[in-house]
Amino acid sequence: MNGFTNYEEMAAMVLFGIGFTTLLLNRNLVKKIIGFSMMDSAIYLFLAAKGYINGRVAPIVVNNVVSMEAYINPIPAGLVLTGIVVSVSVTALMLALTVRLYRRYHTLDIDEITALCRKEDDT
Amino acid sequence: MAHPLWQSIPFVCILLPLGSAAMTSVLPARWARRWTLLVLLTVTSLSLALMVLFGVTGASNYTYTMGHYTAPWGNEIRAGQLEAITAHFFSLIMLLSLMGGMRKLDEHVTSSKHSLYYVVLLLLTAALMAQIYTNDIFTAYVFLEIMTISACALIAVRNRGRTLVAAARYMILNLVGSGLFLLGIILLYDLTGHLLMSNIKEAVAALHATGEYALPLDVVIALISVGLCVKSALFPFHSWVPDAYGYSTPTSAAVLSSLVSKGYIFLLIKIIYRVIGLQVMQETHIFNVLFVFALVGMVMGSISAIRQSDIRRMIAFSSVAQIGYVYAGIGIGSDMGMMAALFHMFSHAACKSMLFLAAGGLADASGNSKQFHDLRGSGYRSPIAGVAFTIGALSMVGFPFLGGFASKLNLALAGLNSSDIRAILTLAALAISTWLNTMYFLRTVITIYRKPDENAHYPVERGQRGFCFNCSLVLFSAVNIGLGIFSQSIVDAIMRGIGMFG
Repeated sequence: MNGFTNYEEMAAMVLFGIGFTTLLLNRNLVKKIIGFSMMDSAIYLFLAAKGYINGRVAPIVVNNVVSMEAYINPIPAGLVLTGIVVSVSVTALMLALTVRLYRRYHTLDIDEITALCRKEDDT
Repeated sequence: MAHPLWQSIPFVCILLPLGSAAMTSVLPARWARRWTLLVLLTVTSLSLALMVLFGVTGASNYTYTMGHYTAPWGNEIRAGQLEAITAHFFSLIMLLSLMGGMRKLDEHVTSSKHSLYYVVLLLLTAALMAQIYTNDIFTAYVFLEIMTISACALIAVRNRGRTLVAAARYMILNLVGSGLFLLGIILLYDLTGHLLMSNIKEAVAALHATGEYALPLDVVIALISVGLCVKSALFPFHSWVPDAYGYSTPTSAAVLSSLVSKGYIFLLIKIIYRVIGLQVMQETHIFNVLFVFALVGMVMGSISAIRQSDIRRMIAFSSVAQIGYVYAGIGIGSDMGMMAALFHMFSHAACKSMLFLAAGGLADASGNSKQFHDLRGSGYRSPIAGVAFTIGALSMVGFPFLGGFASKLNLALAGLNSSDIRAILTLAALAISTWLNTMYFLRTVITIYRKPDENAHYPVERGQRGFCFNCSLVLFSAVNIGLGIFSQSIVDAIMRGIGMFG
């Protein structure tokens, strides 16, 4: 029954696959960026799911410290936060590049853009 | 626990460029340039001091706890001989590449964006230093992304169609690579429960001994290795290379080809030794996969290079082949192989950045054309660039007394030392690739020293013919010759560094 109890991880892997293939194979630049976001979010879902221990609470002191066994490990959450910062900056950079390419070639198709820029260079 | 002052050198080497990058963004371009040169010079000399300390006094490797918080709460830096050598070498190449391409920068980059270019260069330096010295695998990931972003900015800073498309393609492949790498280290964290490299290694060794989680461990190793291969443009993942190296400004091309891809490879070697362990890696057969791709890359890169009519694109395709050499060393999978890979990393970095700068100088003396038929006689019109290009080309081919010869020799010896079929395959691929290298590099050298057409008129551009450009090419030539002549002591130092790695 492993497959059933690990459904968060399974969902994460399916999402990672979808994002990965979109990023690699889709020709539309904006869809590629969406694929990238999905891929990274899937990794964060995986990490968050792995970091959660059933029946425990987030490590935030409410009244006073209960025993250590009451809390989950805070490090995965910290890693997810760091990762989100990284992927936000990468997404911003990709979007800026896409805007510049679109203004120049008026299309989002990466193959068309490549063909257009080769033609531009030849003339 | 207090550290002696000299142990803070790695920390300064990371933090100085990082802090200066923030500061440079508000400086005017002229001061930004001076400050960047000063910072790079400081980092180079500090790393040299560290290297000498390790080499001469025989100091052993140490871990440096940031803010005196011990692991697992604090963040650790680790320094040994190999880290010091690599840091010194990388910062030296960065400094010389910037010196060589500064004049050209004024022409290729909009003047309002000049100081931003220096911001990017400093960020790249900080990321390289952090990847060399860090002892924490997640910190390595964060700086890996900083390196990816700054490298993309280096390509796209020259506002041309070709460079923009190359930057987009570069980002796409690199994001695929980082996604795989991130998934790999997250899985590794789930398996071992640690982020510090030394702790992970202990946990991996324990897992390996009991045979628990054997399949997930194989998946982790595959994800990390493939992710870093994709990022460092190993053969089938090189589609962005020719445009990115061929059309960006010369400093960017030199830095990208010689440092950015090498940073990822250094991280891979570090992970092999410090995280997974060479023994465990060997048993997964991932080295065989790397070895096959490397050999194909060595030959295919050279074949593509022969077909180019543009000098910069030719050098770019030759880079693809040279990355194959480095991975062939890794793929041999022994200490000797890793040493050959590291030595080739250094000799290729010194040589390729010089070739890109010299090719820029030759093109300037030929009416800004990079086509071979216009480059005829450019060796006479721009003598220093011509001589530097010739030295670089000879080193690439593997002429004795130059860095390239020593690295080919090391690779062949490492291949011969492995007992299986790799010995023959390494020698065969080396022979074919050297023959192909000779064909296109010597053809280029002959072209630049041929008599130009009688009626051709070349306006001599001032462009790169500055004092800094000449100075950087002379120093680059000295580095290349030094690598060849002192190869044995460098090899010994690298071997000692690898010994400290374990």
